[in-house]
Amino acid sequence: MWTDLGLDLEAHAGLMNVLGSFYTDIYLTQTNRPKGMEYLDFVISEVHGLRIEELLAAKAQGRKVIGAFCLYVPEEILIAADAVSVGLCAGADIGTAQAEQVLPRNTCALIKSFFGFKLAGLCPYVEACDFVIGETTCDGKTKAYEIFNQYKETFVLEVPHTKSPAATKLWRSEIGRLVEKVETAAGKKITAANLLKAIETVNAKRAVLGRLNLLRAADPAPISGRDALLINQVAFYDDPVRFTKKIGELCDELEARVAAREGVAPKGTPRVLLSGCPMAIPNWKVPFLVEKNGAVIVGEESCVGERGTRNLVDLTGVDISDRDAILDRIAERYFKIDCAVFTPNADRNLHVREMSARNHAGGVIHYAIQFCTPYLMEAHGMEQTAREMEIPLLRLETDYSMEDAPQLETRIQAFLEMIR
Amino acid sequence: MRAAGLDIGSRSVEFVVIESETGRVVHEREIPTGPAMAEECRLLVDEAPFDRLLATGYGRSLVEVSFGFPTVTEIKAFGRGAQAAHPGCRMVLDVGGQDTKVIALNGAGKVLRFEMNDRCAAGAGRFLEMTAAALRYEIDDFGAAARQGAPGTVISSMCAVFSESEVVGLMTKGSRREDIARAVHDSLARRIVSQMRRVGISPPIVFAGGAARNPCLRHLIEQDIGQALVVPEAPQRIGALGAAMLAAEASA
Repeated sequence: MWTDLGLDLEAHAGLMNVLGSFYTDIYLTQTNRPKGMEYLDFVISEVHGLRIEELLAAKAQGRKVIGAFCLYVPEEILIAADAVSVGLCAGADIGTAQAEQVLPRNTCALIKSFFGFKLAGLCPYVEACDFVIGETTCDGKTKAYEIFNQYKETFVLEVPHTKSPAATKLWRSEIGRLVEKVETAAGKKITAANLLKAIETVNAKRAVLGRLNLLRAADPAPISGRDALLINQVAFYDDPVRFTKKIGELCDELEARVAAREGVAPKGTPRVLLSGCPMAIPNWKVPFLVEKNGAVIVGEESCVGERGTRNLVDLTGVDISDRDAILDRIAERYFKIDCAVFTPNADRNLHVREMSARNHAGGVIHYAIQFCTPYLMEAHGMEQTAREMEIPLLRLETDYSMEDAPQLETRIQAFLEMIR
Repeated sequence: MRAAGLDIGSRSVEFVVIESETGRVVHEREIPTGPAMAEECRLLVDEAPFDRLLATGYGRSLVEVSFGFPTVTEIKAFGRGAQAAHPGCRMVLDVGGQDTKVIALNGAGKVLRFEMNDRCAAGAGRFLEMTAAALRYEIDDFGAAARQGAPGTVISSMCAVFSESEVVGLMTKGSRREDIARAVHDSLARRIVSQMRRVGISPPIVFAGGAARNPCLRHLIEQDIGQALVVPEAPQRIGALGAAMLAAEASA
């Protein structure tokens, strides 16, 4: 299977080894872990195994596999065409040397990583894809997709940077263009009926993640931030129906824990909200350092977190036989996402306020990947928001390497000393 | 009762023992940071008896693992140490070997906010050491020499290693040695002041760390922010003193 996908077998085996020991250290050493996390352990152990076989089996049945890197790609449209939607690998310091042959060195770690995975032949997901959907969020990604297209067909959605009426119209027309592209590629019509079914599937996935996030308001926290992040990461590539069912079962378990006042850390443990850039698998460095030093993360205001999952597609009052009206609602839902590339972007600050209050965070850690200008810039406004809430905020700027772990740890420890 | 503080920095290790009840310093020693750090720390702490010790600084986790010494971050230790050296202080500037910390305090030693420089040492003491060596100055004379220099020569690089290349570049252009020394201090002071402004300047400000003994750096910072800096008697020992104070308070 791996040779057919054109992976570099030796390097891939090395990656799996590193990932395995990393996962053991960060995840399997946790105490009082919910039993339901066994499903996630299994999914991770098969991240480059069974799930890839499933994707290849889907392809054998004539279904398309479409990859994406960003929240702005509407899964509903892909699922409505009976395609499989997968999030692609971009969270490890891998293939950097290859990536730097085509990209400037001072490019953010996420972009370097998705290029590195492709150029080093290490991501079975991107190899299994029929094509990839990019988006014009930041300048780095926008220009990187032009180059990426030379290695893998990349269809780029234009994401505007304001939410003006004209921009809203542009975004809706981009959704139309995506529908045409997906219909042509999949050889299937996207109808009102199959859109409704897809919306139901994806809304259910978001709703269960919403339920999980509400449970984290309890003190003691019923689940660690590391585990919650992992669930959000897996949400990007697991089968959505199976995922929803499994996370629903996990939430039942957490509900029982909350009722019994049980948790992963004692009541009164310092509680931290993470806010900022996405953390793709296996980017667990900061959450691990935070929790290792005696705090618990109670929310992720992040693309891999509530930013990506909080709004459902709202079909209230829509004529369910009107495909265009349904697509309008999908476009509206995705345009609510408060990515830092938008100006102004006050919704993000409101969301941080809401999450901090709801889940009783004693402090906010603002996480930005080095060279990610939009989030680095927004740290300033977030500091003001934290000051207004009268809780401390720590700005962290890092990449995927582990060399800065001691320096990060000093800052994190000092920050936790402040909120204890 | 005696309480001890051990501050293991990137360039030097300081050890301070105080009388818990009075805070009076009864023993203090400083050694350069070496390759056999754990053993050297062991020998250092065996020099004087104490009942309780707290370790801080860049190497604190090493002695935590090796000897089971409890630890505290440099931020908290410097906050407490500055408060001990100058009660009521609202801000600490610590220019250490590889990092510069700016800490805002509430007036009773509690940390309100802090900033640390990023990975590069261009904003820290090591940068002074490197450029002093390039200009053939002893580090203790570097500040005085820079005060003889004229302003106007500029070093702009964001990186300590590139800044050193700029220094060499200026030498090859025939710039006066004192003027280059002045430019080095200007560049460091500028970086430090912007970090201080980020936290919000609030006097009284204690200037700690080895670089506090540099008269030119102190003068340039004071001039820029329009505030006097309080330099304690042994500025490089503020971290170890703070750790000792915290050790005394923890056992009280």
